[in-house]
Amino acid sequence: MSQTPVEARGLVKQYGRITAVDHVDLTVNRGDVYGFLGPNGAGKTTTLRMMLGLIFPTAGTVRLFGRDPIAEGAAALDGVAGFVEAPQFYPYLTARKNLQMMAAYDGGDASSRVEESLKSVELTGRADDKVGGYSHGMRQRLGIAAALLRQPKLLLLDEPATGLDPGGMRDMRVLIRRLADDGMTVLLSSHLLAEVEELCDRVAIVRAGRIVYEGALIDLKASAKSAYRLRTTDNAKALKVCEAQAGIASARIEGAAIRMEANESAMGELSVALIEASLQIIALMPETATLEDLFFHLTEGSTPGEIDFPATQASVVGEHL
Amino acid sequence: MSSGVLTVYRWELRKLIALKRTYLGLLAAAAVPLAFTITLALRSGQPKDVPFGSYVHQSGLAIPLVLLTFASAFLLPLITALVAGDIVASEDQNGTLKTIMTRSLQRGQIFFGKVLAALTYTLASMLLLGGVAIIAGSMVSGFHSLTTLSGTTVSAVAGLGLVLASFGVYLIPLFAVALIGVMLSTVTRNSAAAVVGTLVSVLLIELIGILPGLEWLQPYLLTRQFDAWQGLLRQPIDWAPITHAAWVCALYGIPSVIAGYLVFLRRDVAGG
Ligand SMILES: Nc1ncnc2c1ncn2[C@@H]1O[C@H](COP(=O)(O)OP(=O)(O)OP(=O)(O)O)[C@@H](O)[C@H]1O
Ligand SMILES: [Mg+2]
Repeated sequence: MSQTPVEARGLVKQYGRITAVDHVDLTVNRGDVYGFLGPNGAGKTTTLRMMLGLIFPTAGTVRLFGRDPIAEGAAALDGVAGFVEAPQFYPYLTARKNLQMMAAYDGGDASSRVEESLKSVELTGRADDKVGGYSHGMRQRLGIAAALLRQPKLLLLDEPATGLDPGGMRDMRVLIRRLADDGMTVLLSSHLLAEVEELCDRVAIVRAGRIVYEGALIDLKASAKSAYRLRTTDNAKALKVCEAQAGIASARIEGAAIRMEANESAMGELSVALIEASLQIIALMPETATLEDLFFHLTEGSTPGEIDFPATQASVVGEHL
Repeated sequence: MSSGVLTVYRWELRKLIALKRTYLGLLAAAAVPLAFTITLALRSGQPKDVPFGSYVHQSGLAIPLVLLTFASAFLLPLITALVAGDIVASEDQNGTLKTIMTRSLQRGQIFFGKVLAALTYTLASMLLLGGVAIIAGSMVSGFHSLTTLSGTTVSAVAGLGLVLASFGVYLIPLFAVALIGVMLSTVTRNSAAAVVGTLVSVLLIELIGILPGLEWLQPYLLTRQFDAWQGLLRQPIDWAPITHAAWVCALYGIPSVIAGYLVFLRRDVAGG
């Protein structure tokens, strides 16, 4: 048995003329908290559905711990749990009943973990309420609880924090972090860079069904030009220092600060140069690179007009950051 | 395989018990014989041109048999379709199919657990309809001996046995309707379409039988098998229509269940 939690090779899913997933290769190693990033319609959910054996690929293969969910069906999901899109339950049954049913379908000793799973997502107090009356956030947590029943070694989560309020998002992140610390391998899709930034070490970025980047998040961010805002005791003088400094681009005064683009090492050098010029730094703030910026970077040389990345989506992504 | 099917079956029954639509059908299955019997008690007339119609005031046991002829037209296929047509499609529409398919059970186990649950519901509504008809009928017209279709008389107890057996034979075509319902539920992925589709199928089959030039098809029509129970009420018992019904209904039911199974096995679950 292969020990690699996820190995997808050449995955293709075609819906008529639309190629939802276009030759996706993905490897998630044991212990990874892996981010699967992409804008709406990029093919994240479709890829996860194929991994869970819910839909059949047009071409390509998936192996979860060496087993094939497409050929073996649910038998290949041994040690695997998760959900795609919003987790769904029977609205006319209570949360506890729903979990008891899932546990019965899991077999083994899953039934003995119902209470523990409810507790870990803090739903014990509401467990006897019908799921039909649950809020979106509660359903999302119940989805995690249902996954935990299986004591998974691999957790596949499709945008688990979508639609949650800031507190709910934080709770979800804390929960996923805790599970990862306990040794679970996690594959997490998201269209929010901020979400994966806090959790993931490795990411794949998918756009229009294709992987455009795969690797460590740190490398990606380091290579991306990010923007910084700088305030000093003398901005006019500081601007000259910035302009003279190698590796710093498009520095200009914006309001009370200087905005510039640079990578991290150039910023480090700039801070020394500022001190040497007897300037005091009052504030130095990185402007977090948005997913949009990263896409821009990943398709270097193209102008925004050339990237078919609808403005509406870009602004949605931006709002969340 | 089999224990997984039973797990699904048990939970499907629990879900049915928690669902309102379940009781809609059961309510109809109880209300129709009750209303029929009350009408008979209040008026002295009797249903004409229906087997056992002329005996409804002599023996309460004639009442469930008369109801079998009435029920076949629409009521029992409707009640059957109500659950069978819903049992897969509702999960499609609610997106819960993906939830149960990502546990440890194979798709085939889920499918056959559902098939068993749909058949059980059919059986339950049949039992309810029969039970209410027998009890209410006996209260109104008495638990008396029954005149068979051959003109002979059987004791009340023997008559009761024949009535129960008739309900059993009646279940054969009804099960075929249930299997068609589950198949349509799987294929259409739409609850309403599957329920209506099942009923339309039954009506169309009935229609074929009255088309000129197609009379030779009559013995092979599913709807004709709803009369097979009458063989039990001849003396000696005429088994021919019953065995005929068994294989004709199998010809409708088995291909349906196989088609539904294959579709369920191979289909994309992308909803929800
Ligand atoms: N069942 C389907 N039938 C037809 N097209 C589909 C189907 N499922 C997905 N698609 C198409 O495939 C593409 C990828 O969809 P998918 O749901 O995988 O995107 P996503 O990355 O999960 O997006 P989001 O962030 O909005 O959830 C989209 O263009 C979508 O319209
Ligand atoms: Mg999605």
